[in-house]
Amino acid sequence: MDQNKNVNQLVDHLFRHESGKMIAVLSRLLGLQNIEVAQDIVQDTLLQAMSTWGYKSIPDNPSAWLYRVAKNKAIDFLRRKKRFHDISSEYSHLLESEYTLSSTVNSLFLETEMQDSQLRMMFACSHPAIPEESQIALTLKTLCGLSVNEIAKGFLTTDDTIAKRIYRAKEKIKVEKIELEVPQSHELSVRTDTVLKSLYLLFNEGYKSTNPDKLIREDLCEEAMRLCFLLTQHQLTSLPRTKALLALMCFQASRLDARLDDNNNIILLKHQDRSKWNRSLISKGFELMEESTEPFEVTTYHLEAAIASQHATARSFEQTDWKSIYHLYEMLYQLQPNPVVAMNKAIASSYAISKQNALKELQQIKGLENHHVYYASIAEVYFDLDNKEEAKKYFTKALELTSSSFDQQLLMSKINSC
Amino acid sequence: MFIFEGVQPGNLSPEHMQEHMGKWLAWIGKLKAANKYLAGEPLLPGGKLVSGPNGKTVTDGPYTEGKEVVGGFFIINAKDLDEAVELSKDCPDLGHGSKVQVRQVMKVEVGQPA
Repeated sequence: MDQNKNVNQLVDHLFRHESGKMIAVLSRLLGLQNIEVAQDIVQDTLLQAMSTWGYKSIPDNPSAWLYRVAKNKAIDFLRRKKRFHDISSEYSHLLESEYTLSSTVNSLFLETEMQDSQLRMMFACSHPAIPEESQIALTLKTLCGLSVNEIAKGFLTTDDTIAKRIYRAKEKIKVEKIELEVPQSHELSVRTDTVLKSLYLLFNEGYKSTNPDKLIREDLCEEAMRLCFLLTQHQLTSLPRTKALLALMCFQASRLDARLDDNNNIILLKHQDRSKWNRSLISKGFELMEESTEPFEVTTYHLEAAIASQHATARSFEQTDWKSIYHLYEMLYQLQPNPVVAMNKAIASSYAISKQNALKELQQIKGLENHHVYYASIAEVYFDLDNKEEAKKYFTKALELTSSSFDQQLLMSKINSC
Repeated sequence: MFIFEGVQPGNLSPEHMQEHMGKWLAWIGKLKAANKYLAGEPLLPGGKLVSGPNGKTVTDGPYTEGKEVVGGFFIINAKDLDEAVELSKDCPDLGHGSKVQVRQVMKVEVGQPA
């Protein structure tokens, strides 16, 4: 029993990361058009590991074991193939000859090449021809080793919807003949932005409080950070904005353990035990912020990281430097004038300027009429102004608009306190 | 967090680090100078395009204020808010305290150990 339990834990941690690496390497070997073959080989490899390790014991170096089995399966697949014209990878000519076959496969499984393959896969998954929601689903499936069911849970949607998104992405890969390559220098910057945005949204999926499954949420955050870290390690993608984004993630992830109570309910910032915040992540965030300053560029990630850093170092909610936060939000709004930023700015103004000002800013926002957090923000200001009647009205309106049990619980307790 | 394994974190506490953010303060200074000319144009002196998740796409982000000061989230992963509302109709109703979540990890696809 214990043995099985150990094996299952390995499935959870090791398999997830190794499958992403192996799919990237094998797709590079066989060409991205054959991504499904790559996924099948990895699947078979994991299956073999599960059964073998369950009987015997876990090998000393499980990653090396997986690579060896995957390599052999890939070589078998290539030997069985009579025709190579549908293998469009840069290695196709090397794979045709028995002399170079094994060494080519082996060389791609070297650590540096594996990193490079993952980087190429990130660019492919975030290809502009692929719709945004499909980009993220494909990234999670191919690079992070999440199952369709897990991704569906992460996005609070059905397995069917996610399967469709991944299918659409794969169709695009075929139709647009998307290859596993690092973009040319003139388009590198724009393509890197798409990758960063995809990671930003992925992190946000984990950071928001909607999902009832805590493990899934943390996984999404960790995966976004792992991939972003990979980008900071590569000369071509280690841009100031990449470091700023990773800094932002470090600051926000530092609170993941302090944000939920024993019943998995969200604890608001005001009531969090700040000694539970992960200080080494916060320090890492500052290190990255310093590194993100040269060469000079201003991105939304820089400003958001700066805002997050203010929260991360405040000794208490009351001692937060709300004026600086508000000022940063003003600049962020200039770069990104959308209602979501406007709302967060308004909330900051409630502490930086005045409740009346916050109310005024909130009432000017157009486009959030269907979102409960907008009404909850208004209610919160009325509550602070001691206008319990209006507060109750807006909290109730917010409650009508949310289907998340987390948010419903929070709003119910607010209404009861009015 | 595992991603920084093998990477030495600095010895300074977060508070000390914040105080010693020399380059960062210089960056803020440059930003303030540039901001005077910004006036809604997404370009800064030097011709660098200001990037990030901007443009027409309205997306939610990991903002502390909405999520942890007020407490709430947006269901947005869409081109615009109208589409977001449409998308949210796809969501299974998670209300009424349904917290079934025993995680299936990859067993679903990989199969049980023999």
